[in-house]
Amino acid sequence: MFTFVLKRLAYTIILLAIVSLTIFFIFDLIPVDPARLVCSKQCTPSLVEANRQRLGLDVSVLEQWWRFIVGLFAGRTFGEEGIAITCAAPALGYSFSRHECVTTIVAEAFPFTLSLALGAFVLWLSVGISLGVLSARKKGKFADRAASVFVLVGTSLPTFITGILVVLFIVLRFNLVNPLELGNWHNPFTEPLGWLQTFFFPCATLALAYAATYTRFTRSNVIETSSEDFIRTARAKGLSEKVILRKHTLRAALAPITTIAGLDFAGLLGGAIITEGIFGLNGLGRLSIKAVTQTYDLPIIVATTLIASAFVLIMNLIVDIAYAYIDPRVRTT
Amino acid sequence: MSEVILRTPQQIAWGRFRRNKTGIVSAIVVLFFLFLAYGAPLITRLFGLSSTETYLDGLDPQGMPIGAGGGISWQHPFGLEPGAGRDVFSMLLYGSRISFSVAIITSVAAIGIGMILGITAGYFRGRVDAVIGRFSDLLFAFPSFFMIIALSIPMVERVESLGIVRDNGARLTVLIIFFVFFGWPGFARLVRSQAMSLRERDFIMAAQSQGASNWRIITKEMLPNLWPTAIVFLSLSLPGYLAAEAVFSFLGVGINPPASTFGLVLSDAIKYWRADPAYLMIPCAMLIAIVLALNLLGDAVRDALDTKAE
Repeated sequence: MFTFVLKRLAYTIILLAIVSLTIFFIFDLIPVDPARLVCSKQCTPSLVEANRQRLGLDVSVLEQWWRFIVGLFAGRTFGEEGIAITCAAPALGYSFSRHECVTTIVAEAFPFTLSLALGAFVLWLSVGISLGVLSARKKGKFADRAASVFVLVGTSLPTFITGILVVLFIVLRFNLVNPLELGNWHNPFTEPLGWLQTFFFPCATLALAYAATYTRFTRSNVIETSSEDFIRTARAKGLSEKVILRKHTLRAALAPITTIAGLDFAGLLGGAIITEGIFGLNGLGRLSIKAVTQTYDLPIIVATTLIASAFVLIMNLIVDIAYAYIDPRVRTT
Repeated sequence: MSEVILRTPQQIAWGRFRRNKTGIVSAIVVLFFLFLAYGAPLITRLFGLSSTETYLDGLDPQGMPIGAGGGISWQHPFGLEPGAGRDVFSMLLYGSRISFSVAIITSVAAIGIGMILGITAGYFRGRVDAVIGRFSDLLFAFPSFFMIIALSIPMVERVESLGIVRDNGARLTVLIIFFVFFGWPGFARLVRSQAMSLRERDFIMAAQSQGASNWRIITKEMLPNLWPTAIVFLSLSLPGYLAAEAVFSFLGVGINPPASTFGLVLSDAIKYWRADPAYLMIPCAMLIAIVLALNLLGDAVRDALDTKAE
């Protein structure tokens, strides 16, 4: 088990390095010159050159990448108009259009993204798994049919449509949230009601599509597991249906769901761009779409892209280790 | 003794599909929308409409359409666009043509590439398999949604500088390239695992022992067994790409005006939601109907081709 973890860890670190390096290369190749973009109206070639140096784009891609990695662990100093600004570790860069360290900007955005992702995750897992188990147990009956309608609706409604409809025709139509306060941050521990007001509808919107997929997946897994030999054995030795479901069927049926749930959650931690945009939440997703469409703020774009891929890779590692713990057969491969 | 009727797998699948009422209905609905989309020039002409003409006499001085439901009338069945005064029906027909084209081209291309690389990896194994596998691992680790958003604007400039396509032609090309680039690994993995198990089957070994070339084995023995997977994957991925195009256009990094895809119409309609809710609801309803029909069709196709169901 220990060597398995070490191996997976090494693989993840290598992948992280390759992915981040690739991202640096891609952004180096694009025909947008950030040095020119942050330049004011009276732009001269020497100013552009100075900007290039400030942005750290005057060196090779490999060196830009290496400076970034070093900055992550040791902090980094950026020069602006004669003043040196030091961003403490983990330094993700410096945004010259916002005059702030990217780490600070990201740290402000992350609570929104985390709240949205966690809330949606809890909602879709509880709804998806319980509906899935229910419809598997009542296969062909009314509950199963109702659940299959839910699955169909959930998978056919694109999130941005549900989001628009929920915001306009529920939240604003019935004045559930003051439009000026839409997307305001409330600390969930000190103001739980305010937090709920901000996050309930976006979480529900985001959870809908996932809940539908998880219902379908749970249902088919439970049905498949129920016909396995070990369930027949459990029944033959006289266990009650409740115990069989809880201790045998669910354990086997839900194991593959752990993997998918982990990865879906990690994907959301990078920012749910559509939901955040529609509900006015200033999370990582909204941060990156603004950085792209408004100023093309390269340090922010690179940072959010890297964060999103790091979450996926790290969660992949965690899920792999968790799965090896649940299912020992995996360790040997 | 009763006569034995021999049926090919295609006939069995078709027979199963024909008995599925939901499948037939959704297929008809999909065909209807496809007809509307690709017959857009013909249909709008029949109605005496145009997607570019502005019907300003249907708007009040504030630029809002006159009449109930956003100006719904016999002449304009879906009403008029607030502000510019274009006919919403023709806008959506032309818009859905773009959406369908993106979905179809992307799915077919992603499946084509996935098929070639998946078979190569699964049949030849070894180093080729490792290279393809690692590369698709890498693509999976990429935040594709972020990358498309971050790179689409500069990529469009680059494509335009090549001088072959411009404006929305370039945006469409970039969108499709991105979707295909991040879309093929999923299908390649599926094909790889199937190719690996097919390779060990007796009929492949029989072909090999008769000295058949790899090319012959792949095209004549393996491909016929992989088509059902491709068709199921195609029908299940169409609604996803159709909605994806809408999302990126909605976010402003896909197709741009004056084209009128679902995403664009919706991002415009949000501004008028209180004054003209019909302008928002009609494209919503149409997009949902298309995605729903495609999803149901996909399920029916899967049920018909899935050999495990028997």
